[in-house]
Amino acid sequence: MILPDSLEAGAPFTVSTSGNGKATLYVVGPGAAIKQDIQLGGATAFPAGSLSNVGHYVACLAWDGGSINGVFDVSVAAMVTELSFLAKPSRLSVGVANGITGTVYLFDVYHNLILPPATVSFELLLPSGSVVKRTAVSRGGAAWIALDSSAQQGNAKFSAQVGTVSSTRIVEQVPGDPCRLAMSAKQVSGKLELVTEPVKDCSGNPVPDGTIVTFTGTHNGDQSTVDVPLKHGVAQGELPAYPGEALSVASGVVLGNRIVWEK
Amino acid sequence: MSNGTLLAATLALTTVALVVVGTVWPVHAAAVYAGREHFLRSSADPESVVRNLGDDIGMQAWARAYASLGNKAQFTQADFVSDLRGHAPSLITYAVPEKTEVLPLRVSGNDATMRLKIYWATVVGPLVSVQDIHVVNDGAHWLALWPYVKAIPVPPQVVAVNYLRWDVIYRGAEDDWGAQDVEAPHVRIIDMHPVQRADGVVILGELLNEDVVPAFVSVSATLLGKNNTLIATEGSFDKISHLLLPKQVTPFLIRFSGISMDDVASVRMTPSSTLISASADPVIEIADQHLTAQPGELLTGKLINQSGRVVNVAHVLATFYDKSGQLIWVSDEYLKEALSPGTPVPFEVVVPQDIAGEVSTQRAVVATFSTEGLQ
Repeated sequence: MILPDSLEAGAPFTVSTSGNGKATLYVVGPGAAIKQDIQLGGATAFPAGSLSNVGHYVACLAWDGGSINGVFDVSVAAMVTELSFLAKPSRLSVGVANGITGTVYLFDVYHNLILPPATVSFELLLPSGSVVKRTAVSRGGAAWIALDSSAQQGNAKFSAQVGTVSSTRIVEQVPGDPCRLAMSAKQVSGKLELVTEPVKDCSGNPVPDGTIVTFTGTHNGDQSTVDVPLKHGVAQGELPAYPGEALSVASGVVLGNRIVWEK
Repeated sequence: MSNGTLLAATLALTTVALVVVGTVWPVHAAAVYAGREHFLRSSADPESVVRNLGDDIGMQAWARAYASLGNKAQFTQADFVSDLRGHAPSLITYAVPEKTEVLPLRVSGNDATMRLKIYWATVVGPLVSVQDIHVVNDGAHWLALWPYVKAIPVPPQVVAVNYLRWDVIYRGAEDDWGAQDVEAPHVRIIDMHPVQRADGVVILGELLNEDVVPAFVSVSATLLGKNNTLIATEGSFDKISHLLLPKQVTPFLIRFSGISMDDVASVRMTPSSTLISASADPVIEIADQHLTAQPGELLTGKLINQSGRVVNVAHVLATFYDKSGQLIWVSDEYLKEALSPGTPVPFEVVVPQDIAGEVSTQRAVVATFSTEGLQ
């Protein structure tokens, strides 16, 4: 029995035998088993795709009165046809050093991990239109990279490419903590109406609507608070009006200005 | 007569005798739940009158309780029940009165004041409502005057609500491995402080949602011993505001009963967060927060619902800090009443006596639930 010396995953192959008469050929390997009745003394052809999983295979030829065994290996196809691209995180703040990581796993057409080194091109298209390009060589079937998030909020297109195969993910870059939180107060029918200036992060990006801003008023040891969400970029809340009341504003761990209501 | 027959006859006679004794001279609790106590107890003194009223309320015998009142001409039975159980659906609406307690506050010849405490079993644990009831003698009987508070209806109006709402679309089950999903919200513990209390170790802390999306959060803590051995793991359960909007901070409290701080070498904190559909509405103002030293140590204040729909359950969580700004305690209280739009509802949060003296500042947050949807 003559088996192929080297076989690429999915490639057609033949098994040659000597002698005469009928026999049964068994081929067993990772996730695959073939049984075929053959005529001894000729070559038996197996079509493309018969053995698609990479690994070590055992062939057994059995006939009346005897059997022989042989082994051969099926190797990965050289061409990358599929990428599994993990981009993390899908959402992060602007201006984070090495905050965006991309990991690519290379596969052939039969989903076998391609272990030989291959060059992977990473590209991050930022909301500003500028592009950050890097390359990495795969090791053990994977290539990875870390990139900074930009200063401008918006969606960044993060793609990885090997040859003609590419995969793209969207990374949402969101504003950071408010940088300067400033409010003003005016009295409206017995209550104080507190309004912030448009709230922005330190890169000038508007902090998204829905972000909670806390207004606090302190008067003679009594305290009133209200948590309000940003709407159209500003927070607006109402508190009881007392002369001498100290008013403050905060969002998360960021404190804003303080006002003492004198009227 | 055999011994067996004699024994059977003796048991039968004893059973009959006990049934007769229990019927003629029933114990108080049995009589109350059998609905007979009202007829058996005297109404010759103000305390008994209020005790009868409490028993009727405890049995949810609303008609009998209403009929016993001296001022029932001022309101209907439905008004009386609404006054007791809330005008809008709230915790008390779905609660069961477990027991009642009467404390005489003042008694004179013709009138008296009695404090009626009703202990309700609610879905979040026991709640107590307190009514000070004026009792008068009309010459023949003592009559309880129910302190009816007429609900002020919210005037008909249109309240424009255009706060942000977040909806979440997750990846499908059929998506390939490696396909991207929406990121879980990024949350961070910004303060953590273990303290020893009489009943065990308590972990206090604060959790910040530093993301731009709402988060459903919880915190668990694991106590580790000297040799890194696991002592216990507990979660914050309801001592936290589970819904955190962007940049919102919630306090949390985790109890480990029966554990001594001396046995704890380290604490492992595990905050968890998941994306949740949420709305920035309703906005609740916490007005006039005041720390009262007497009677008892309480943080009092008022909740004002600035939005246009009823908040059925409100949960106040208060964080207390000392002069150096260090977190020293977290307390909470569920409000018995619903929050109608624009209507102030008072609250009281208890502060442990030994901590009250150290409190310099406090911060309160409100978690809300509306039957129209989780908020």
